[in-house]
Amino acid sequence: MLSEKAKNSILKLQDKYPVKRSALLPALHVAQAEIGYLPQKVQQEVADLFDLNVTEVHSVVTFYDMFFEEPTGKHLLHVCKNISCMLRGSDEVIAKFRAKLGLKPGEKTTGDKQFTLVASECLAACDRAPMMIANDKVIGPIEEKDIDSIIEETKKMDGHPCPVPNIDIERGASH
Amino acid sequence: MPELRVLLKNIDVPNQKDLAVYEQDQGYATLRKAREQTPDEVIEIVKTAGLRGRGGAGFPTGIKWSFVPKDPNLEKYLVCNCDESEPGTFKDRVIIEKDPHQLIEGIAIASYAIGAKKAFIYSRGEFYEGIHILQAAVDEAKAKSHLGDLDIVVHTGAGAYIAGEETAQLDSLEGRKAQPRSKPPFPAIAGLYGKPTVVNNVETLCNAVHIVKNGAEWFQSIGKERNNGTKIFQISGHVKKPGVVELPLGTTLREVIFEHAGGMLDGRTFKAVFPGGSSCSLLTEKDLDVEMDFDSLAKLKTMLGTASLIVMDDSADMVKVAHRLMEFYQNESCGKCTPCREGTRWMVQVLERILSGEGTQSDLDLILNVCDDMAANSFCPLAVGAAPPVISSVVNFREEFEAYVQKNPNADKPREMKVKAYI
Ligand SMILES: Cc1cc2nc3c(=O)[nH]c(=O)nc-3n(C[C@H](O)[C@H](O)[C@H](O)COP(=O)(O)O)c2cc1C
Ligand code: FES
Repeated sequence: MLSEKAKNSILKLQDKYPVKRSALLPALHVAQAEIGYLPQKVQQEVADLFDLNVTEVHSVVTFYDMFFEEPTGKHLLHVCKNISCMLRGSDEVIAKFRAKLGLKPGEKTTGDKQFTLVASECLAACDRAPMMIANDKVIGPIEEKDIDSIIEETKKMDGHPCPVPNIDIERGASH
Repeated sequence: MPELRVLLKNIDVPNQKDLAVYEQDQGYATLRKAREQTPDEVIEIVKTAGLRGRGGAGFPTGIKWSFVPKDPNLEKYLVCNCDESEPGTFKDRVIIEKDPHQLIEGIAIASYAIGAKKAFIYSRGEFYEGIHILQAAVDEAKAKSHLGDLDIVVHTGAGAYIAGEETAQLDSLEGRKAQPRSKPPFPAIAGLYGKPTVVNNVETLCNAVHIVKNGAEWFQSIGKERNNGTKIFQISGHVKKPGVVELPLGTTLREVIFEHAGGMLDGRTFKAVFPGGSSCSLLTEKDLDVEMDFDSLAKLKTMLGTASLIVMDDSADMVKVAHRLMEFYQNESCGKCTPCREGTRWMVQVLERILSGEGTQSDLDLILNVCDDMAANSFCPLAVGAAPPVISSVVNFREEFEAYVQKNPNADKPREMKVKAYI
């Protein structure tokens, strides 16, 4: 369930736009930041706030890469695999991360639910290739020897933040 | 030639993102100057300057602004495209993180010129820091009454390359899947909520500030005819000094790579470069003296695009490069039209079998044919951009593809059709 704080944040976002549906993407970011992911129930709650059918919300959630319908780890590691990073060794970096985190083939989230690893498309910091975003922190160029400390430093972070500024939520309320 | 920093002039100034610091170098004075002129006069200056859009297509900005109907009763919108998802591209990030007020001033000038009272900055959702910096800057500018009656909304996207295409961006900004619309009508006539809307890239809008500040003649004195002004080049890949560098349009490719990006990594040699992001044909050694501007690159059947140079040395495996890029376009295809949705998927499958040593000689021609068809028949420019990097890799480095194909003992036999037709 979304907290009253989150719902109010969403209503305030709607006020910024001439048509409230325009606030749907930011609103889903808010909901995801609070709950951790976007299960059907939460999509329904968001749909209600927008007077939309939940199928409309669902089509949006599944279209965009930043939304998750399944629970993720507390920390999100987006390691870029696009061309500039690939040329500078991102395949090896991703393989090293997977090994260090103990991810089996096909697995994205660690057993202790601390980390989800996503091999992502270009993150617009190709000068720092091979690069990654740990939660909201841009890191790069990554050297193999840094991987342990990146994982340790990320553990100290609060988790995956909301990209939308100035919102008020109860983080992890139902996580 | 040394760098010519106009847009990037202040990015190293400490706290440049704070309004008080921005104001010290005539910040927002140009907006006041613009408002002392009529909107049409402002459009005329930008038109005369010859500014061409920096988002990829190079459309003349002043002309785009002049398409917006003048009817004062019509609601109009300005959308700043800060989706920056073209592989190799990282210039808008630098501007919004280091000098956000420059962009906000540009947005205010453009909004004044087209008569918009509401503007949106569509930022890709992954710009965590940039979005917060932009919001703080908008709040500060508003608090100090620089924006007058203009409202600027910082909007957060959610991860979709196609949301950078202007009409898909409008659908996304309306709270839908980012799928492109058919043109015409163009956004300047019917855009956001069906109202006249101008979509401009971050770098384009920043240029408008300097054009209004220094005049059209000043702008024309930089670069080349029809290709005026500076350009923020971004260099990545196998170079010693990856990063951004601002130079006049028309600077040679050789100079950008070997002087400004420090040349190739030690002990390696230059092999190829995508000159304008990944959605264009690559260039090789023989092309190094091309001038980096819209028209010179078009003559070589490639594009200035986002002016993002992805540089490759002799260690680059062109089959892997082609495969990785096609996989990107497949992931990012919005699924609306069949040639793109199925074509990119098919091409990934063919490139995968070539990489795994199961390709055939005929696969190479198949790639060229399917890519051609896909680009010619797709609904929007995404697939038009997906084809050239792969086609140009096959054409220029066919022997590398053949080396993979020759690992297959049955490479010369036609591929057996596994599908039976039931009629
Ligand atoms: C697949 C695709 C992705 C695009 N991504 C961007 C982008 O991230 N940023 C951008 O400014 N333009 C992007 N464009 C170009 C826009 O459609 C549009 O031409 C541009 O924003 C117009 O601004 P300008 O006239 O200032 O260049 C993209 C185009 C396509 C086809
Ligand atoms: S390719 Fe990795 S950040 Fe651009």
